[in-house]
Amino acid sequence: MATEDLIPIYIMDKRYEVPASLTIMKALEYAGYTLIRGAGCRAGFCGACATVFRTADDYRLKIGLACATMVEPGMRLAQIPFFPAPRGQYHLEELKSDISALLKVYPEVLRCLSCGTCTKVCPQEIDVKDYMADAMRGDIAKVADKSFDCIMCGLCAARCPAEEKQYQIAILARRLYGKYLAPTAEHLHKRVKEIAAGNFDEDLAKMKKLSQEELRKTYYSRDIEPE
Amino acid sequence: MSYPQYMRESIAKVEATRTQRLGETFPMLTAQEKQTLLENFHPDYIREGMRELKVGPNKGGRTPHELADLLEARSRLRSDSLNLEQIDYETDVLIIGGGGAGSAAALLAREAGAKVILATKLRHGDANTMMAQGGIQAADKETDTPAIHYLDVLGGGGFTNDPDLVEALVRDAPLVIQWLESLGAMFDKEPDGTMITIHGGGTSRKRMHSARDYSGAEIMRTLRDEVRSWPEDISIIEFSPAIELLMDENGRVAGAVLLNLETDEHLVVKAKCTIIATGGSGRLHYQDYATTNHYGATGDGLVLAYRVGARLSFIDTMQYHPTGAAFPEQIVGLLVTEKVRGLGAQVTNVDGAQFVYPRETRDAEASAIIRECQERGKGVTTPSGMKGVWLDSPMIDIIHGPGTVAKELPAMVRQFGRFDIDITKDPMLVYPTLHYQNGGIAIKPDCTTEIPGLYVAGEASGGVHGRNRLMGNSLLDVTVFGRRAGMTVGQRFRDVKLGELTLSHLDRWEKELEDAGLEPAVKSPLVLPDYTHKRR
Repeated sequence: MATEDLIPIYIMDKRYEVPASLTIMKALEYAGYTLIRGAGCRAGFCGACATVFRTADDYRLKIGLACATMVEPGMRLAQIPFFPAPRGQYHLEELKSDISALLKVYPEVLRCLSCGTCTKVCPQEIDVKDYMADAMRGDIAKVADKSFDCIMCGLCAARCPAEEKQYQIAILARRLYGKYLAPTAEHLHKRVKEIAAGNFDEDLAKMKKLSQEELRKTYYSRDIEPE
Repeated sequence: MSYPQYMRESIAKVEATRTQRLGETFPMLTAQEKQTLLENFHPDYIREGMRELKVGPNKGGRTPHELADLLEARSRLRSDSLNLEQIDYETDVLIIGGGGAGSAAALLAREAGAKVILATKLRHGDANTMMAQGGIQAADKETDTPAIHYLDVLGGGGFTNDPDLVEALVRDAPLVIQWLESLGAMFDKEPDGTMITIHGGGTSRKRMHSARDYSGAEIMRTLRDEVRSWPEDISIIEFSPAIELLMDENGRVAGAVLLNLETDEHLVVKAKCTIIATGGSGRLHYQDYATTNHYGATGDGLVLAYRVGARLSFIDTMQYHPTGAAFPEQIVGLLVTEKVRGLGAQVTNVDGAQFVYPRETRDAEASAIIRECQERGKGVTTPSGMKGVWLDSPMIDIIHGPGTVAKELPAMVRQFGRFDIDITKDPMLVYPTLHYQNGGIAIKPDCTTEIPGLYVAGEASGGVHGRNRLMGNSLLDVTVFGRRAGMTVGQRFRDVKLGELTLSHLDRWEKELEDAGLEPAVKSPLVLPDYTHKRR
């Protein structure tokens, strides 16, 4: 690292020199920051490290996850570790799996202007505007499917001129879909009943009674279900 | 950031053997071969990596130096640091940790009528649960039974697991899938509702349920959202890790001292029942390994429990996930889900040849990759000097049809795509990465410990996985035992009468350190790893 070229970046307009090979998160730490907010899984799954930045010679505001975006010379950045967009209050079992649920919890869903700022800003490259259109039509299944990769970083809500909380609407839709609309796994419910009825108790008790040696023998000779 | 030319030459060899390999099954290890492989190459067997503990309930037992340093450290507090008559929060149940286990526990404790405080170091949901990709096991198909699942778990754990815990795990598995679905979690299904299930390393039946490759994220965000449905009953305190357990004068755990990371204030929480659900310790970087773990995985709960006298089990074994990213540099150590191999991708060396059955248990698979790189010299060296082997992801679309990788592994496609690597067309370079704490605080199937008032669930607990956890059994562990912990405290909290609060166990701890001749400079728990660059 000692021999590596350092590049200037500006963290909240303060200049630091950091190795060019770093992600924004590691560059913040290299610069001396001990992150408390703004770091979670460090691997692109948790949405803690939403960051906005501009690069040299480009007027556009850019976004990225600090854990997955490389630094660039002259980058000016700030993290948005928190943005107020609280979840609406609801209990899933009191809602119906149609547009009435969305309108009850998030009536502002209809204020969406379809401007597409949310889509432009999503670090997961989800077409947020598109699923918001589905939400306004009450197509819960489509919202659930299209928003599935959402990591709830909140950048869509932070940038929305209509003051929507898109990612909160999306998780409501996904939960409604999972609970009410997804086709039923009959084999799962059957198995739960069988276990409760004690159907497998004997089977398990027998296995638990095996000696170490018998257990090993059973294990290494067990049949493997083909692909 | 795409592959440099010399790596492309090795990829060409992987491509050249692909058609032939599609019809080949590399033989599985025999019991003897597996044992020899582990003893020679698994990091758990590197003697210099560990030492015997000199104090506490596990005195004489071995654990990695990095964990031993924290277990044998001083408290951040003294017994007289705080006025314990000034109580900031009083509750029925305190849950320390806001991941899968803590959230599941909160929901079940609430159902039983308890008022719950859920305190967490970072945000609610910042946890290894969120990062689990591959799936969750449950024996819910006709070809499968809980007993077959039981056998797979024990074989995976080297036949060392606590049988009662394993029984609880496999028995509750279908139930927790049903529960998660009732909360709105979206599992991958056929159009007729049948759960799509595949193999994982060490499974004899296809019982891995998934939610694309965001399985853990889907479970975590669903649980988190459900917890947030009950603000009157469950209070969430974020950015406030527990730094010491409180006891009462009768030797019962009675809550904890939290540290508000943003104000540096201490908070005294008095609780009738306390559940540790603090997860693992990958951020201790055992033996200098990179880790897949989230930022807060520093083993705090183990330290807290150890100081009040709780015994730890299997803390001499850590899980190294066979396939951590080895290239590009920016994502070294990040998890490449086992689902990639579950879908049929093979592992090859620099010459494009297989050297291990792709779905050995993780300990064996990782050891084989280490052997291939370190002993046989058949790894690919990256520009930064790291070694790795190929995980041949393009095979998946050939086996299951075009578009499968994109549909089943969107997180992986995105992760590598950010660095201009298209895993539908090119293989990924991988090397083992520190993934999981196989052991932890010893528990019974109802999540009780040897210390009254103290309960543990999830990765912080030890025993269910023995010396090696199978893929898909950690999401299962956190939900099964999270629920069980919640139910247990839900049955008990009403009968608890607490005496006066005390931190006098810290005096006893100091004495024990002194008697053992230890003068540790370190204070624990660690709370957060220090990644800042030191200029002076």
